[in-house]
This record gives sequence, C-alpha cells and structure tokens, in this order.
Amino acid sequence: MAAPLTDNEALFQFLLRMGDNTLILGHRVSEWCGHSPVLEEDIALANTALDLIGQTQMWLGLAGEVQGEEKSADDLAFLRDVWDFRNVLLVEVPNEDFGRTLMRQFLFDAWHSIQLGHLMKSSDERVAAIAAKTSKEVAYHLERSADTVVGLGDGTEESHGYMQAALDYLWPYVGEMFVSDEVDAAMAKAGIAPDPASLRADYDALIGRVLAEATLNIPDSGFAHKGGRNGKMHTEHLGHLLTQMQWLQRAYPGASW
Amino acid sequence: MYAQMVQSEASTDDPEKLAAFQARIDAGEKIEPKDWMPAGYRKTLIRQIGQHAHSEIVGQLPEGNWITRAPTLERKAILLAKVQDEAGHGLYLYCAAETLGVSRDELTEMLLDGRMKYSSIFNYPTLNWADMGAVGWLVDGAAIMNQVPLQRTSFGPYSRAMIRVCKEESFHARQGFDAIRKMATGTPAQKKMAQDAVNRLWFPALMMFGPSDADSVHSTQSMAWKIKMNTNDELRQKFVDQTVPQIEFLGLDLPDEGITWNEERGHYDYSDPDWSEFFDVIKGNGPCNTDRLAARNKAWKDGEWVRDGLLAHARKKAARKHAAE
Amino acid sequence: MKNEWPLWEIFIRGQHGMSHRHVGSLHAPDAEMAIKNARDVYTRRNEGVSIWVVEANNIAASSPSDKGPLYEPSESKVYRHPTFFDIPDEVGAM
Repeated sequence: MAAPLTDNEALFQFLLRMGDNTLILGHRVSEWCGHSPVLEEDIALANTALDLIGQTQMWLGLAGEVQGEEKSADDLAFLRDVWDFRNVLLVEVPNEDFGRTLMRQFLFDAWHSIQLGHLMKSSDERVAAIAAKTSKEVAYHLERSADTVVGLGDGTEESHGYMQAALDYLWPYVGEMFVSDEVDAAMAKAGIAPDPASLRADYDALIGRVLAEATLNIPDSGFAHKGGRNGKMHTEHLGHLLTQMQWLQRAYPGASW
Repeated sequence: MYAQMVQSEASTDDPEKLAAFQARIDAGEKIEPKDWMPAGYRKTLIRQIGQHAHSEIVGQLPEGNWITRAPTLERKAILLAKVQDEAGHGLYLYCAAETLGVSRDELTEMLLDGRMKYSSIFNYPTLNWADMGAVGWLVDGAAIMNQVPLQRTSFGPYSRAMIRVCKEESFHARQGFDAIRKMATGTPAQKKMAQDAVNRLWFPALMMFGPSDADSVHSTQSMAWKIKMNTNDELRQKFVDQTVPQIEFLGLDLPDEGITWNEERGHYDYSDPDWSEFFDVIKGNGPCNTDRLAARNKAWKDGEWVRDGLLAHARKKAARKHAAE
Repeated sequence: MKNEWPLWEIFIRGQHGMSHRHVGSLHAPDAEMAIKNARDVYTRRNEGVSIWVVEANNIAASSPSDKGPLYEPSESKVYRHPTFFDIPDEVGAM
C-alpha cells in the first residue's frame, strides 16, 4: 500500500478531478460544433464548451502550480495517459445523440453547480476565486440543460423516448460523483472542499424536480460504475478521446503551437 | 466569393416603378423589406444571401474537422469560438433572407437537396493543423475583401448583417495569421505543414472570387442594384496584392511561380487558377462535396426529433397556461 | 414549413441607462427559449445587460406608403427642435 497522501498531493488530486471533468466534458461538447439540430443550439453548445475549456485552464493551471513540477495546464491536458486522468466516467461517455448529450450535461451541471456553491466558501482562496468565477457560467449551463431536458422529455412521444433512454443509460454513472475517498476526506478536513457524499440530498432534490417536470422516470437502481475519479478504471472511450486530443502534442514533441 | 456566380434576374416590372427604385438606390437610400422592389431584385437577393448563409454553415465543417485535435487549450478555444462565429454569421444571413419572404427551413432544404450552392472553397479538405491558420488568414481574408464593401449594399437587412459580420470577423483573419506564423517560425515539421497549407489553399482561395466577370450581364445588373459592389477581378487583385507580402513575411515560398511585381500596373501579376477544376467543384465533383452535404443532411435529419420535441413542449406549455387562465 | 420554430425579433439593452435596440432575429420554440438563444447568439461579446424578445408575427409596422402622411407633418414643425430658437450667447447654457 502506498504511503498516506500528503495534504499537497490530496489538493493536487482534487484539482485534477475538477479540471479533468471540465476538460473531458468540454471536449465532448465541442464535438457537436457544426452538427447540431438547429443553429441556435449549435451556438449555445459551443458557448458551454468554451466555458468548460476556460474553466479547465484555471483548474489545471492551479493543479500544475500545486504540483510544483513546472507543468502548465496544457502539459497536464495533453501529456498524461488514461490512468492519470481523474474525471468521473459520466463525462467521458460518447455523445451518441443530442438527447444523451443534454441529459449528461444536465446530470453533470446539477452536481457541478452544487459543488461550486460550496467551493466558493473554500478555505483555499485560489479555489474559492475559481469557484466564484465559474459558478455564474455553470448556473447558466444548468438553467439551459434543465430546460432542454424538460422540453424534450415533455415534448413528443419520440423525444420522450430518447430522453428516457438517455437517462436509463447514464444513471449508473451518476453515483460516482458522490463516492468519498481519502482525497475527499483530506479536502473536507482542511475546509477546502465538501465531502461528496454530503451533496447527494441536494442533488436528488434538484434532479428529482426537473426530471418529474420532464415526465421522466429515474431508474430504480442505486448501482454506480466507478473508477474515473481515482483513475483505477476508466471506460474504453477515454483512450480514443485522448488519441485525438493529444495527437499533435504527442506526434511533434517539444513544438510550440 | 461566399456567393459565387449568382445569376441576377431580368426585371419585368413596370418601367416607371423600376426607374423610381433605381433612383432611390442611386441616391444611396436603403431598401427595406416592406418597400416595393422589383421581383428580380428580390429573387437575386434570396439566391445571393442564401448562398452566403449556406457557405457560413458548410464552412463550419472543414475547420470543425480540427477542433478536437487542436494542440493547446487556447488554440482549441480560439478555433471553437471562430467556428461558432460562423454559425452566428449563417444565422444573421438566414434572418436577412427571411425578410424577403423565404423561411430558413426552405433555404435549408434547398441546400440539402442541392438546389442551392455554397462557396467552392469549402469543398476542399483541411489536412494538417496549419490549414487552420491558412483558412483563417487566406479564406477569411478573401471573404473580408467582399464583405467589407457589402456593408454598403442597398438592401437594409443584408447591409446590417454584413456590418455585424465584419465587426466579428476582424479577429478571424488575425488569429489565422497568428496560428500559421507560429508554424512558419517553428520546427522544420511545422514549417512543412505551413508551406503545404499555403500551396494547397492558394488557388482555391483565388477561385473564391469567381471567374472573370468584367463583361457579365448578371454582374452589371447586380452592381446597378448595389448588391454586388466590385468585379471579381478587382477583388482578386486586391487580395493578391495584400497577401503576397504576407507570405514573404512568413518566410514561406510563394505558391505560384507566376507571381511577380508588375511595376507598370502597380500590382502583382499571378497565374490564373485552373477554371476547369473550379467548374468541376461547382458541379459537385470537388474533393469533399459529397461528404460536406452528407454531414449537413445527417445533422438536419438527426435533429428533427429535437426540433419537433421542443416545439411540441412549447405548444403544450402554452395550452396549459391558456387553460389555467 | 410545418414545424419550423417561430421567428423572434431581439432587442438588447447594451448598457445601463440606454434603451433597448433591435439587434437581429432568431428562431426559438417559445419566448423563454428565445431569451436564452438571444443570450447565446447576440451577447457572445458582452454586448448586453437586458434582453427583450418579440415574436415577429406580433410586430405591427407602418407600411412604406404611409411614409409621407406619418412623417412629413413633423418636418414642418421645426419649432420642436432646439436649434429653431436663437438664444443670445450671453444668456449662457440652456
């Protein structure tokens, strides 16, 4: 068994979790650009992706600082392999269709907005500052994704079918956001971030309200895939995503772009 | 240009009204959607603005091709913001066309089934990262040549859309030049990418202006109506004159051996693009025509349930509200 | 088209204290989504502090042939414009 985490290592891991979530989700959302159902949605999705890329620069930038090995946000994004990534599995599953993309966005936004609400009160000023800036963006993401989930859930029979299928597929990936481990314990103890498990009640209330309005049924299962937040077992999809994302940096090492 | 070889319609309207209309245009007045206008003016504009809008939307694809492979977070954000702007420009232009009595969905259907065209340039592939620089710098650079004068076009909604587009577009060419400059001064491999991009995209960029139209009847009518502001050759020459020194600044080889400074004319001479290739591309035989249209068709078809679903919900919500009152 | 989203006209207040100005149009299934779409489409560069949306169908407009009767009468009422009045310089700002 490895030596116990130092506070600094725990903080680094926590920042990777925040930054990898936004990095991978931002990447997925950016895949829609030019292919959305309607121009207005294309523009809106690009805005969401742009926000997430900007948030990644902040979280991974701070992670690099805390790590103390002179690594930039780009180094962390483009030069780590799958096992070093700390995002939840939810954000790496493929877009599939617009319904699944928006459902994934909503399920993530709901957690993200609650999490950032707590982080604004973080004992670490740098974390609190990033949270204060990004929480406004995320509040809008949540408003938009929740509205779209309601609109499509309560739309036509066909759109309802797509959204229920999306929820059924994604539900097993929700639980991982609320599993606490030793990194979280260290963060909670230091007053830097809340214990993930403590966010579940607020989360259930929020998504329960929206999904009821969307006339969708939350699957009756508490099963949760896990392995993303600690890097022990990502999905097969992440490797393919990184193959694209990191290609230029890997093929032409040391070049400046 | 983004609208190439737009045929203008001959007018069959009352000569007195036509003369009054022409007088308004000559006086620099803007024509607004509810004003009387010749049927030919309306039809030509729908064709031109529609084609311009389609070019923006199809134009998202070659650059979108590299969003997921952008080499840094900042480059990814810049590229995404730029391609998003193109969606916005398409949107503004469709709205301008809609004031003439055609719906966006109708225009879209005409693009998807091939009745309407988009610019030839977007049927060329983007093959290496330097293409993202070259497209912004050369393709957007060429488009701006045309769009800046179009801000003064006679049709009010088109002019206003162009003003907005030009305002937003100013960063596009600059970011492209910045990206390719980084490559041209980078490693040998990067420089090779930059040269490859310029070599491949130079003639397709020149083709964007369309074949010589000095003697074209369509062109004369469109210019009288102030919906075309310059001849194709004028704009192409301006583009060459502006771009050649930039290529030299980058330290790249000129992509055409025919480029020489002509002291007498005060312009660069250059080789004519292969117009038979241009007409092939226009006819649907460019390297990417089939893929581009297939991608647009897929997005439209896959998105149908989304558009219908959100509209159905809006109607239900309105009905519920109505019932509660 | 059978299921095309309605067209909305978008008005944005650029700064506090200014009036809303027409900036363009877009499509949306209803007013709420039109506001959200306007935020995403027309304020990408920090252009606004407040958004109005009006369904294009609901705008009543004067027709161009009314141009004379509607606007010309005001042209003769030059006294409505401050420059009509000659105020001696020594009176000061007014």
